[in-house]
Amino acid sequence: MTTYSTNEFKNGLKILIDSDPCAIIENEFVKPGKGQAFNRVRIRNLKTGRVVERTFKSGDTVEGADVIDVEMQYLYNDGEFWYFMSPETFEQLPADRNAVGDAAKWIKEQSVCLITLWNGVPLSVEPPNMMNLKVAETDPGVRGDTSGGGGKPATLETGAVVRVPLFINIGDTIKVNTQTGEYISRAKE
Amino acid sequence: MTAPSSSGPPWRPGATLTTLRLRAHLLQRTRAFFATREVLEVETPLLGHAGAADAQLAQFDVRLAQGETLYLQTSPEYAMKRLLAAGSGSIYQICKAFRAGEKGQLHNPEFTLVEWYRTGFTQRALIDETCALIGDLFGRALRAPRLLSYREAFLQALAIDPFVAPDRILADWARRHDPGAATLTLDRDGWLDFLFSMHVAPSFPRDRLTVIQAYPSSQAAWARTEGDTAARFEIYFGATELANGFHEATEWAVYKARFDEQERRRRAHGLPLIPADVRLLAALAEGDFPDCAGVALGFDRIVMLAAGAGRLDEVISFTIDRI
Repeated sequence: MTTYSTNEFKNGLKILIDSDPCAIIENEFVKPGKGQAFNRVRIRNLKTGRVVERTFKSGDTVEGADVIDVEMQYLYNDGEFWYFMSPETFEQLPADRNAVGDAAKWIKEQSVCLITLWNGVPLSVEPPNMMNLKVAETDPGVRGDTSGGGGKPATLETGAVVRVPLFINIGDTIKVNTQTGEYISRAKE
Repeated sequence: MTAPSSSGPPWRPGATLTTLRLRAHLLQRTRAFFATREVLEVETPLLGHAGAADAQLAQFDVRLAQGETLYLQTSPEYAMKRLLAAGSGSIYQICKAFRAGEKGQLHNPEFTLVEWYRTGFTQRALIDETCALIGDLFGRALRAPRLLSYREAFLQALAIDPFVAPDRILADWARRHDPGAATLTLDRDGWLDFLFSMHVAPSFPRDRLTVIQAYPSSQAAWARTEGDTAARFEIYFGATELANGFHEATEWAVYKARFDEQERRRRAHGLPLIPADVRLLAALAEGDFPDCAGVALGFDRIVMLAAGAGRLDEVISFTIDRI
């Protein structure tokens, strides 16, 4: 088991707080010239996403959290779990709804996702930044209108709803930014 | 052989050349300030066989070729006090000091102190002189400093009397008002330090000097004590601590007792034991240590504030992350 002293604190360090895996997002060293030194840190709980503050006596130690990021390929879901495969070891791992979160509405078979593993179990799933997805449902396109002004909602094959230009039709493939949920362009198949 | 083009480690200074020129100018001004007041500039070793007794300070140890251990000094205090005992009169020094593990926006393990001792000065006279130097280095007129006691500062900010409130009240206040304190366990002085650093100092007016006096005697360091208070002061600009000073204790017995007390704290907390400075004790026993007041001023922080910067990395050529 790894432990870290406050001297080793830095942004991004993964530690266990109240037995939950957390990442340090801010670390401030506070010390009166004469007197006790403190590390005042802001930490993100990697399970809940909540940000909390914690103050440590400098020199205290904290248990590290065995958290790593790996690239895995999405295979399928059975309604309860989403299954991912390591392209190197072909090992398969199930991720529950909590871990998949918003990624569920962007990913399709073979999407390569960034999976955060805690003790080998998926904690969160990051979809690729850009996805090419087919439009499953939208109002009929307006031929000739390529201005992109206005727009309309479109439901994509994975379930996400994005605003698209009026000329987009059902069956078109579009490129979307999964971080912002924005339409980027029409894409080839 | 040609140099590699762009893949080397970052090598540029954190401070701009304009800031480094300001820094050089402020060093000159500091020397001029003491020259007109006829305070003697001295230099004392950065290495010593003893380190600071203060259990809150961590020292770098350095090995001599023969295997002897020396310590990089956390301040030039002990050596300067030996000069005072040898009859130096008022002295000042601008030097590097070293504190292991102190690293942050306002801390660097290697930093520059201006430390001086004034024989025959009262604490109040030294506070006035320190504020005058700070005003001179800031290069602009500052409002008159706000002077208040440690007790008044706590009462105004937290409505707690730090001298009489039981430990439980200190801890309760912290846990109620500061979610970050939920899991902290501290002793009395620890809670006082926590509350002072996180909740009292941040309440000080911005853009003005605040002078805190009359510390609890448990936080006396090397100040004289009278009853439950110590003749110690600190000077803040906004919430940033700039200086710490004392009406210095002069008796051998006081120093001996405080060295012993710090050794006890080091043992209790499993900290490395640092040899007491036997030469300082000898100077106090045999020399003619004068009635004096002394103060240490963080020069890097002065430059930071004078430059309108927010981090030491902007005013030090190469902080620890750049060496």
